[in-house]
Amino acid sequence: MANYSTNEFKGGLKVMLDGDPCSIVENELVKPGKGQAFNRVKLRNLMTGRVGERTFKSGDSLEGADVMDLEMEYLYTDGDMWHFMKTDGSFEQYAVEKKALGDTEKWLKEQVPYTITLWNDKAISVTPPNFIELEVVETDPGLKGDTAQGGSKPATLSSGAVVRVPLFINQGEVLKVDTRSGEYVSRA
Amino acid sequence: MTIEWRPTAEIETLKARAMLTARVRAFFAERDVLEVETPVLGQGGSTDVHLVSLSTRARTDTGQHTLWLQTSPEFHMKRLLAAGSGSIFQLARSFRDGEVGGRHNIEFTMLEWYRPGMSLEALIDETAALVMAVAPHLARPVTRYRYRALFHEQLAVDPFTTSLDTLRRLAAERGQMSSQSLTDESRETCLDLLMGLVIEPTLGRDELSVVVDYPASQAALARRHQDDDGQWVASRFELYLDGVELANGYDELTDADEQRLRFEQDNQARRRLGFQEVDVDERLLAALEHGMPEGAGVALGLDRLIQLALGKARLEDVLAFATPRC
Repeated sequence: MANYSTNEFKGGLKVMLDGDPCSIVENELVKPGKGQAFNRVKLRNLMTGRVGERTFKSGDSLEGADVMDLEMEYLYTDGDMWHFMKTDGSFEQYAVEKKALGDTEKWLKEQVPYTITLWNDKAISVTPPNFIELEVVETDPGLKGDTAQGGSKPATLSSGAVVRVPLFINQGEVLKVDTRSGEYVSRA
Repeated sequence: MTIEWRPTAEIETLKARAMLTARVRAFFAERDVLEVETPVLGQGGSTDVHLVSLSTRARTDTGQHTLWLQTSPEFHMKRLLAAGSGSIFQLARSFRDGEVGGRHNIEFTMLEWYRPGMSLEALIDETAALVMAVAPHLARPVTRYRYRALFHEQLAVDPFTTSLDTLRRLAAERGQMSSQSLTDESRETCLDLLMGLVIEPTLGRDELSVVVDYPASQAALARRHQDDDGQWVASRFELYLDGVELANGYDELTDADEQRLRFEQDNQARRRLGFQEVDVDERLLAALEHGMPEGAGVALGLDRLIQLALGKARLEDVLAFATPRC
């Protein structure tokens, strides 16, 4: 991979830092009146998701990271690995480890497209679509007529996620859920 | 694709900017300081190791020449002083390659002024008065700090005597740099990092902070003197407001030989670091040889002052068209 100098550090650039692929979030020049310039850089570690700050001398460089985002459909799990297939018509499949899957495990549904981040052709993270439709497999019985009042209850969805839903929701209904906040949006 | 053609500053901001610039001119008119205009282009450039000059090719009656875009109007203004101009000020477009960010723009406006016969102390007072004249709502007490004392108080190290190894470790730790990235770095680089990243952001809070007695190695075009501890330091000050470095002033070096030596040392450092060498400004040296009156001068980043006065988040908010959109 090419090397990138601090003046090429733009939001979204993927670089290697301490052996991990990172995505640049922010890059700010710090220059004392009469001296060496530095770059204060905010980076997201793509393995851990953590955001941290580092300082570089202006002109220093980092190796680029071979990272790309691909759209893939979820197929199935064999218990060890989770299997996805590219949606570009190639039918190429990728196996994803539990560690890379992270919190997305509770939002998995067959045939739904996910964004898989590959580093050196290996999946390192899986991002669900912002909204997903899932069936309620378990919740307390719905309260008839209560369509406007406040109040909520937990409901377990087919993917395993538990979300707060309005009291009128019944088992077997399909709901639209925001995967970023984990919140109920509407009936599907 | 949409082409971004609109200004980076709002029109209302540009109106406010014009009003603040008028206050600058009124301030100097009242003090009988002459406004001058000098060229942006020069046959010599700034040798300062940490400034990258832009240059261009121009055809004159003597053929093709490389001309340098000024990093500040200092050299031309000093030639005016040597020619007997008396006190002068200028709102000067200046250029520093690669400097882009929330507080930097490659092309910016330097407010620079020179006061023959004035002491550095008196110029510090005048600089603070200028800031408050432009932005009366920012009027605050002025507090002076010695460079050395700031390092003692905030970092428990001495910039002159603490071992280089300790400074490297401290700079790497405070700057969140990988531990090996500073192993070959000079004392100056470590001090710059600690000053820029740790100390600067704390300065100019509820006050105008003035820092004096910089290390002699950071004298640039200032005289040097021995401080109260017998340490050689630069006769230079910097003024900070809201964590932002606003102005840099010197008790001006008038010795042509010493000035030539410093230019040559800069170019030696440039060679060592693999940077482009810069033609020494022989006309400035000839002017110093002729004789420049002793006195003090200061350069103030006008865009930054306007940004702070108007409470804007980024420099581009007060620039009609910041460099990325020029």
